[in-house]
This record gives sequence, C-alpha cells and structure tokens, in this order.
Amino acid sequence: MLRTIRRQFYSAALTAMFATPLALFIASPVQASNTLTVYTYDSFTSEWGPGPVIKKAFEETCECTLEFVAVDSSAGILNRVQLEGENTKADVVLGLDYNLMALAEDTGMLAESGANLEKVSLPVDWESTVFVPYDYGHFAFIYNTELMDSPPTSLDELVNAPDDLKIIIQDPRTSTPGLGLMLWVKSVYGDDAAAAWKKLQPKILTVTKGWSEAYFSLFMNGEAPMVLSYDTSPGYHMAVDKTEQYQAAAFDEGHYLQIEVAAMLKSTSNQELAQSFLQFLISEPAQSVLPLTNVMYPSIDIGDALPAEFSKLIKPSVSLLLPTETVRDNRKDWIDEWLESAN
Amino acid sequence: MLELENLTTTLGENRFRFSLRADTDQVSAILGKSGSGKSTLLNLIAGFLNAESGTLTWQSQSLLKLAANARPVTTLFQQHNLFLHLTVLQNIGLGINPSLKLTSKDHKHIEQVLKEVGLDGFEHKPADTLSGGEQQRVALARCLLRNQPVLLLDEPFSALDEATRYDMIALTSRVIADRNLCVVLVTHNRDDAQLLNATNYSLTSGELAAEA
Amino acid sequence: MARVNKTAERWWLPGALALFVLVLLTGLPLVALLFAAGDISAKAVTENAYHQRVIRFSFFQAFLSASLSTLLAIPVARALSQERNFIGRSLIVHLYSMALVIPTLVTISGIVVVYGRTGWLNSVLGSMGIERFSIYGLSGILIAAVFFNMPLASRVFLQALENIPSEQWRLATQLRMNQWAQFRFIEWPAIRKQLVGIFVLVFILCFTSFTIVMTLGGGPRATTIEVAIYQALRFDFDLDTAVALALVQLIACATLLLLSSLLTFSNTIGFAYQEPKSALRSLATHRWINVIIIGLAALFVLLPLAGLLLSAINPETMTVLTHTNTIKAGINTIIVSISASVLAVTMGVGLLISTRHIRIRLHKYRLGEWLQHTGNMILVMPPVVLGTGLFLLLRPFADVFALALVLAVLINSVMALPFVLRILDGPMMQAAQHHDKLIQSLGISGLSRWRWLDWPLLRKPFGYALGVSAALSAGDLSAIALFGSERALTLPLLLYQRMGSYRLYEASVTAALLLLVCLLLFVTLQSLFRHKQHAGT
Repeated sequence: MLRTIRRQFYSAALTAMFATPLALFIASPVQASNTLTVYTYDSFTSEWGPGPVIKKAFEETCECTLEFVAVDSSAGILNRVQLEGENTKADVVLGLDYNLMALAEDTGMLAESGANLEKVSLPVDWESTVFVPYDYGHFAFIYNTELMDSPPTSLDELVNAPDDLKIIIQDPRTSTPGLGLMLWVKSVYGDDAAAAWKKLQPKILTVTKGWSEAYFSLFMNGEAPMVLSYDTSPGYHMAVDKTEQYQAAAFDEGHYLQIEVAAMLKSTSNQELAQSFLQFLISEPAQSVLPLTNVMYPSIDIGDALPAEFSKLIKPSVSLLLPTETVRDNRKDWIDEWLESAN
Repeated sequence: MLELENLTTTLGENRFRFSLRADTDQVSAILGKSGSGKSTLLNLIAGFLNAESGTLTWQSQSLLKLAANARPVTTLFQQHNLFLHLTVLQNIGLGINPSLKLTSKDHKHIEQVLKEVGLDGFEHKPADTLSGGEQQRVALARCLLRNQPVLLLDEPFSALDEATRYDMIALTSRVIADRNLCVVLVTHNRDDAQLLNATNYSLTSGELAAEA
Repeated sequence: MARVNKTAERWWLPGALALFVLVLLTGLPLVALLFAAGDISAKAVTENAYHQRVIRFSFFQAFLSASLSTLLAIPVARALSQERNFIGRSLIVHLYSMALVIPTLVTISGIVVVYGRTGWLNSVLGSMGIERFSIYGLSGILIAAVFFNMPLASRVFLQALENIPSEQWRLATQLRMNQWAQFRFIEWPAIRKQLVGIFVLVFILCFTSFTIVMTLGGGPRATTIEVAIYQALRFDFDLDTAVALALVQLIACATLLLLSSLLTFSNTIGFAYQEPKSALRSLATHRWINVIIIGLAALFVLLPLAGLLLSAINPETMTVLTHTNTIKAGINTIIVSISASVLAVTMGVGLLISTRHIRIRLHKYRLGEWLQHTGNMILVMPPVVLGTGLFLLLRPFADVFALALVLAVLINSVMALPFVLRILDGPMMQAAQHHDKLIQSLGISGLSRWRWLDWPLLRKPFGYALGVSAALSAGDLSAIALFGSERALTLPLLLYQRMGSYRLYEASVTAALLLLVCLLLFVTLQSLFRHKQHAGT
C-alpha cells in the first residue's frame, strides 16, 4: 500500500518537474488587450501612495484595467526594462527622474509620448517630447526636531560636522534620491566631490536601497536624526500627521532639483491607451492627488488644490540641476568615485 | 572436457599462461601461494577477465567470445555469494532468472535443491539471518540450479569454521558425484583437495604444473 | 592489458543522459559568458579601483572567516570529545549536522534578531551605555560565517579526535602527560591532519557565500565578487562588468578547487554522525572549562534560532501568513524545490550508475571519479555566475523574468548535485563492489539490477538525498535573486525583501515560515522512503 503511494508520489513529482516549466509559461498573466501595465516604484503603488487613487480615476475614464507593477527601486525601473529587453511586459514606465532621462533615451526603448504639455509649469523649461513630467521637488535633508536642535545650514556644514551626527542616505545606483544626492554633492564640490564624500562617510549610518526603507523603517523609528528626502516631506507630516516634528534643513548652496517623469515604451501593444494615460497623469484629477500621496509639487498649476501647509515649506534659494546629458556621460565614473570613497 | 591451452594474460607486472585439461566427474585442485594467480585462472575461465591469447574450450567449443553469464560455467566464491537484503528464495531465483520472474516449476526446483543441500524450508528466510555455512550452502544450491556443467570453486570453504567446513566438503563431494560436474577448485588447503579426491596442480610463476 | 568482456548492457545510457543535461545547464551558459567576454575589455573592469577592492575583500573575508571558524572549532571539538556523556550531547552534535537543512537566510534573520541594530545584544549594550554594535559589514559577515562553518569544522575535528586509537590514550596515562602534552602530542596531530583540508573547504564556502554578504554586507565597503555581479546586473544593467567579474569568479573558484583537490583530505565529512568508539580518556580538562566552551558554542548556535522563533510570534503574524504574497511565495517555493530535488537526484543517480560501471567493471577508477566530479560543476560556476550565463543565453529569446522560477529550478538542481553525489556514492558503490562478479556471472543487469539489488539498499539514502536537495533549494536566495520579481516570488526572496525594508516583524514571520517549509520538505520526502521493506516484498 505504501509502495503504491510512493510510486504515485514519485511519478507525480516527475510530472510536476516537467509540467512546472510548462505551467509557469502558461500561467504567466496573459495580457488582456485592455490592460495597461505600468512599471513604477514601491511607494507609488503602496496603499498610502498615489497609485490606488490614480488607478481608480483612470479606469473610470477608459474602459480598461490599469496594472501597476512595483519594481524594487526607482532607478531600478530602467534597469528592469533593459534586463527584460524586447520582451518586456511594460507599456509605461513611471518614476524615473530628470537625471536618468538621457540614459533612458539612449536605450532606444522609449517612444514619443505625444502628450500635450502646455499646462506644465516647472522651475525649468521643459523640452523633452518623450518624457512627461508629473511632479517635482528639491532634495533636502529632513531632520527630527526631537533629536536635533539646530541642523546644518549648508551642505558644507554637514560635510564638516562632527562624526557623531548620523545621517541615512540611499544608494545612487538604485535610488533616484540617492543619485540626486550624488549629483548635489557634485554640483557643489565639482572635482573635490571625492574628498567631500570621504569626510561625509563616517556620518553615514547606512545606505539603503530605496527611499521607503530609509525614511519609514529607519528615520521614523529614530535610528538617526537626519535622512535624505525631499523638501516637501514635512508638508505631509504637517497636513496629515498634524505634527511639526519633522522639518527640512535649508542649505545655503541651494538644493538639487528632482523632476519625476513617465514615458511610454516603443514595444507596447497598447499605444493609444498608454498615451491617454500619460495625458491623464498631467491632468487635474491626477495632479491634485499628488501633493499628499506622493508628497511632491504637482507639475501643473492646481491653484487652491495645493495644501495650505505647503506654503510653510522651505524655499530653496537656488535650484541646482545638471544637464541630463552630462549626467549620462559621467554617471558611471561618478558612481565609481562614490564607491571608492566608501572606505 | 574443459581445455585451456596457453591461455595468457598480464596483470600488472605478472604474466600468466595457463594450460589445463579438466574432465567431467573430476576435481582439479589448484594450489599455490596467495597472490600466485589462482583467482586469475578462475576469472579467465568464468569470463571476468579477457585473455590476450590462447584457447579456452568446453567440449571443443571456444568460450572466449562468450559473456560471463553465457558460459556453461557457474562460480562459488569465497564470500559475498548472497545478496543479504534478499531472501533465500530470491537469491536462488536470481540464478534461474536474472529478472526474478519465476514460474511455479522454478519454485518446485528451488524447493528440491534446498532439500538437497539440507536447508529444507528455508525459502523465505532473509539471507542475513543465516550462518556462514548456511549461506554457502544456499550459494551452492544456486550453483546447482543453474545446471552448468562446469563448477568453479574459489576457496569456498576458507571462511568457514572447522565443523561446517567438513559438512560443506561432504555435501560438495556428493553433489559433484550426483551430477558429473567438471570442477576446478582453488584452495590453499591440501586436505580439502584430498577429501575431494582432486587432481592437484600447483601454480608457480604464472604457470600450472601437475603434481604427482 | 587485461580487459573485461563487453556486456550488452547499456550502462552508459543513464550517465550520458545526466551528463548531457549537466553540460546543457552549465556548459552552454559558460559558452555564452565566454562569447560575451570576447567583446568587452576585461582589463578596464579589473583595473577599476572599486572592483579591485571587491576582489580583495572577497578573499580577505573568506580568509578571516575560515581562520576564525577553524580556530574556534578546535577547543569546541576538544571539549566535546572529552565530555562523552551529557544530556543533549547527541542533540548538539546532530544540530550541527542539521546546518544543511536550515536555510542561511533563516539563520541570518535570527542573527539579526539577536545581534542586529535593534536586537537583543544592542538593547543590552544600549542600556549599559555602550555604543551599539553594527552587524552590517565585515563584523556581521564574520559572525554569520562562524555560525555556519564552525559547527562543520567541529564535527570534522571531533571525528578525528574520536578516532584516535585508545592505545595512545593509555600511553598518555602511563606517561602521566599533562593537558598541554596531551594536546601537543596526541590531539593536535590528529587535528592537524584535517586542518588544511577543512580550512580550504570553509574558505571556498565563504568565498562563494552570496546570501550572507547580500544581507549583512553593509554596502560598498563589504561587497564580494558575486554580490558585485548581481549589482552590476540589477542596478546598472552593466553587462560588461557582470561578465568580467563572472569570469574572475570562475577562474578563482576553479583555482581554489584545484588547490583543494591537491590537498585532498579523507572523506570524513560523512552526512551521518557515527557514534564514537569507546576510548579511555582519564586526564580530562577541568570539567567546568569544557562545560563553558560547549555551552558557549551551543548558545552561539541556538540563540539566533530561538530568537527568530520568539520574534515570529508578534502582532503581525496572522496578517503576514495570510498575505497573498506570502501564500504565492510559499507555493512557488514548494514547487520549485521539489522539482529541483527530483532533477538533482535523477541526474545524480544517472551519473553514478555509469561511473560505477566504469570504476568497478572497467577498472578505470580515475576516469570514473573524474566523470563524477563533473557533478561538482557548481563549485566552479557559483549560482550567480551560472545565472548570468543563463541570462546571456536566453535573453535574446525570452523574457528572462518570466522564466525566473524555471531558472531557479535548474540552478538549484545543479547546486544540490554535489550533495546528492556524496550521499549516494557510498551506498551505490557498496551495493556493487563486493558482488560485481556474482552479478556478472548471473547476468543481472539493467532494470532488474536496479529493482532487486540497487534500490533496496539505496531507498533510504535516496530519500535523504531528495530531502536535503529540496531543503537546500527551498532556502536558497542566490538562484532566485537575479531574476526573481513580484511575478516570481519565493519565500527566500520575499524574506530578503522584507528584511531589506527593515520590516522586522514581517521578516521574522516569513523566516519562521521558511524554516517550517524546509523542515517539512526534508522530513516528508525522507519518510516517504523510509518504510522498512521486507526482504520478501
């Protein structure tokens, strides 16, 4: 009796072994022709992020299903699509930023968006016809007022602060804020960036892969008094959490600008749908949601829909921004420089 | 008649050249120091080794091109004659049919041969519950059932204690007589050879020489 | 030269098939790697200062880990060999041999619970006002490495010590040797014989330990070659770097393997613990020293596991267990690991059948052993290197991410193969060696031989091999890391993600679940083959 069971098990296992690859192939989600697949980063699609609201709103206007796929990190979106190659399931990528634009375009995988960008109003002129900017902010170090009385007032002051001041930052290879900080340091220090990083090194408590780990899991659990985030972050705490505990440190040299963008893939079989989504992204219904869900400034003017608390945010004296082509040409070297300085 | 003529092989540095004529109803005993090549002789006859040159015939038919299990030869080894995880019946049965597909006739034969070696009723005993002597007797039973005219004995009594050995030799002697077997016995014990009324050969420097 | 008659048996078929599959799985990716390498400038990659540091660190941490593990194992083995009888002794020794079945990630979760940022140790240190200890970085890697390898080394030394002939001990008593003399003249020589072999083995294990470095390596400062390959692919889409580093890793591993085979040590790393033969040890070290040593060693190993199980019971437990991702990952893990284990065992048995024939019947021992060594391919091409090769091979044809689970099955099976071979080699040879002539003379071959002669003896080790392979695969991160995604989740990947987001409650629950799945697979697969078969059936 047991022998029969064993024999049955063995043949079942053998069948499983051969059938699994087949099953896995078949079971891979068959794309309904009306599903738009958008690759984005995790905090965008989280319950408290813009994803759910935007999905609902968009699905009401189209007769389709919007599927967000959370790739492991913001800069990872581009890599993921490259790794997948021609066979990628993505129709739209959402969550790259200005710095990665030239790099992304170089892959040849992105198509012209065909979107009407008249209403877009950013601190800089927008020229790209491939990328659609959907929000922006400045990178800033957020500090915990309960752990820190007077934060550094400039990047240089932070770099030269005593080593017992601990900060949390992100990896420039995987995270757009991480990349932003690297470019910020580069903009301020130029060729002396490596030396600046060396001085900063002992203060770095840890380098995380993405923004959520740094902000939620570490900073808000009191692991360190400062974290790299956006100048808009305190806006959320004031408007939603009703607290002024977390504030941004304004730096004299200015702050580096981030503009988040979305784009459509050339390989998509859902071109029309993708285009209408990109247009939807910069329309009022989507944009008015962004300040309190993505905690960034909207890329169009939404007038009174902008939360009042946002007027209390720091106003960077200078918006630092390197041309995206410069970033493309030097990113690898600059990252290597960053890696080497981590001694 | 089993005939070997200048059956030659080389193992390492040693060269062997065997010439022998063994008749049915006869025991040819090969005596010699250990390492002198006695097992090699049996291996050649049985087909576990290939010869380089020479002839090996049974009733004037050459055996050299035949695989071990195709030769009219059956071997009783010194040890490891039985598969300990199988029963007596299965062990013997494998000698009849290597896939152990046994007919009821086969079963009868096994019953009979077990009686012949004095192990009546032992069919279903697991081989690992038998004593050394009993195991050798089962092995002998299997040899008999294979009905091969040539029986090779590779020191089959050495691992047995005194009393068992004598019983075994007596049994073997009887069995040989009953079936007119042609037997080649390898042993280092002259008494055993004598008890079996063997014709003695000694093996030195890789060659056989008949003793007086 | 004397040769053996050819039989009609197709003895070469199973081995040829197995070899074919193996070559397909490892050779083709290797070729893909070499082709890709032709186009890149490997020099540029290796001259990069960061990469040089990575390479140096890989060797450095392996060396430190191996040294620490080996050195610490000596007093532990000695203490264990002296204390023969105490409650829980066999439990401890068996625990040490269970290390195969407990996934690395799980124990790392436990280690983080105890030694982590907000762990027990730091809570204690914090309350004492001492600066917190960071487990992320070299220190964490070392702790984890010692955790995994010290028990292994201890077992080997223990076996060596227990095999010291009792005459030596009697002599020691007669000559009234003191502790130091005993160690110097009796124990040390026995240990020393195993020392180099074990050191090299642990070195290789640490050199290719992906999971530990992935989770506890604290960033650019503590990255090894395999992690750097992973990062080149996943972070940068830098194929050039990935390929160049993969080749470096290949060459390094091949060299290490060659080195270790030159310094061959006897196969005392059996997988079943053998009870010691009795020996006279009269002049034992003070009991309390031994107790402390054994206690500390046991604590070191048990604490993280206990910590993990405790922290798994928390407010999030039910939520996590019923979360879709958890369930999805759990099912995937079970399917993948069973498939991988079946494939591994099938390849292993096929290979062994043929190499056995070559060794025993054709008397070509060397050739047979060499062919069998192909089963150790994974030691030359570690999972990430293999994954990179597979990626290069398949990418032009398919979405590699969709194939992630299939690739995991393939890579895991190659990973398990060395263990399968080790486990089954003994029993398979045993079944044949003594009886080969008998088998030949009776003409037993092919399926009959397998059914009546091999399988009855192999049944139990077969189940064990299946269980070990499945457990290894279930707990593995390295195969799935490259191409796992939200589409293809396994428990280790999910755990890694949860740990990485510092969601510790969820991570603990996931880790405990993973442990449960591994143990379940291990026990169930084994028990299916354990039922004692009557000789008559």
